[in-house]
Amino acid sequence: MLAPNPALSADAEERPGAGAPVIEILSADKVFPNGTRALAAIDLTIAGGEFLTLIGPSGCGKSTLLKLIANLIEPTEGRILWRSGAFDKVGARGRSIAFVFQDPTLMPWARVETNVRLPLDLARVPSAESRRRVADALSRVGLEGYARYYPRQLSGGMKMRVSIARSLVIEPNLLLMDEPFGALDEFTRNRLDADLIRLWWERKLTTVFVTHSIYEAVFLSTRVIVLGARPGRICKVMTIEEPHPRHESFRNSPRFAEHCRALSALLTEVSVEQMRS
Amino acid sequence: MRPLAQSETFMTVAAPLAVGVIVVVIWETACRAFNIPVFLFPKPSDIGTKLVSDWPVLLTALGMTLRIALQAFFAAIVIGTLIAFLFLQSRAIEMSFFPYAVLLQVTPIVAIAPLIIILVKNTQVALTVCATVVALFPIISNTTLGLRSVDPGLVNLFRMSRAGRMQTLWRLRIPSALPYFFGGLRISSGLALIGAVVAEFVAGTGGRSAGLAYEILQSGFQLDIPRMFAALFLITLAGVGLFAMMVGLSRLALGAWHESEVGTEA
Repeated sequence: MLAPNPALSADAEERPGAGAPVIEILSADKVFPNGTRALAAIDLTIAGGEFLTLIGPSGCGKSTLLKLIANLIEPTEGRILWRSGAFDKVGARGRSIAFVFQDPTLMPWARVETNVRLPLDLARVPSAESRRRVADALSRVGLEGYARYYPRQLSGGMKMRVSIARSLVIEPNLLLMDEPFGALDEFTRNRLDADLIRLWWERKLTTVFVTHSIYEAVFLSTRVIVLGARPGRICKVMTIEEPHPRHESFRNSPRFAEHCRALSALLTEVSVEQMRS
Repeated sequence: MRPLAQSETFMTVAAPLAVGVIVVVIWETACRAFNIPVFLFPKPSDIGTKLVSDWPVLLTALGMTLRIALQAFFAAIVIGTLIAFLFLQSRAIEMSFFPYAVLLQVTPIVAIAPLIIILVKNTQVALTVCATVVALFPIISNTTLGLRSVDPGLVNLFRMSRAGRMQTLWRLRIPSALPYFFGGLRISSGLALIGAVVAEFVAGTGGRSAGLAYEILQSGFQLDIPRMFAALFLITLAGVGLFAMMVGLSRLALGAWHESEVGTEA
């Protein structure tokens, strides 16, 4: 394994992912009404400020796990705690969870600004306040000049940026992303990854990210969870101890390549285990 | 400057117009060349003359038919939309009542028009009811489909933002339904006119409240074929006018964002 990174050990307080638990999943599983067992009992703690990535083969329950965390669906067994308290209704007081979906999921009839403002409008935030926050969110994703555009006038990458801006306006204390850049070309994906990691660092976001890409997982994460399929369960955990904020140059470093190789080896191990069982 | 023939707007107007002019010219010359009698197949010029000479009567008849068609159309929009919202409330309601909506749709209006005309005393109301029955179904089915055709991702987003029922309805379901609703309007506007004409045929209403269908019937009895064509021409014109109005309305509402209304330039 890699030697400890001197840049990290020097300043332990700056190290992300060491905060108090935001989400605790206590042996939660999910069986769908049709009898499909999507998740075996999962135990997982998500610490404040960490960038946690879920990676695994198709059908390993990544999206289901994310929906459980978002409380869009209920676990069949087990419990999920929010900041060590009971987890009841979606969006309860003090908890704001933002979800970025696989598709941009924008309202085609609404302009970019209206799309970004939606969560604020639904929460009845005063208009002066929401105007300020929308402008701020749009500038953070680099879309200052596009407020009056309709989604159909934007490229795939720009639509995804709008989707991210919409998730930022509510100033979430947990950001969930379900393969957000899976449909984009590699250049756009790399650029958005770099922007995302900068946003995560600036705003001290706690993020759970689902991906199929080893490179993306290594570039972004503080911790990677490798899931196995049928039913979905946690097979391996890998921490990526690299300094933040990470820049594009990290992709070309030997350390990046080593992390990728290590993660790839874990994925291979998991798939070999799957083949045997 | 591009040549005129390459301009999109010019072509959409000029090309069909040219076809129309050519057809009318061939029609006129053929009728003259083969000496076809007016009571068998009139020349366009005969029809035009009749249109001018009988204009006051034909205009009143057109007004009558249009009034019934428009009343029925608006009634269909109001009733159809209300039923669609009712269907949205629960699958059980939709499943229980939708087959009867289909029943209404598949029963030929000619077959039930006599019954309606007997049951409803006022002829005008009876005609409007007949036309409404014909125009109703596309509004019900399209609006229901539209209200249910909501991006599931957006539904999740609204749920996570703890949106209320009314917020979800106004900000999500109704805008999602609009393209379907306008599609329904296009079909329904034409059907309302057809329903009105068919009902007039069955009712055979004469006197001061005679519609275009009555004019056609009368012209048939009197072998006044040019007048029959003139009335037919006005019905067609009314139908095209209604359709164009719906297209314009739909463009006004969806033009900025929906694929169906967005030009190729974007």
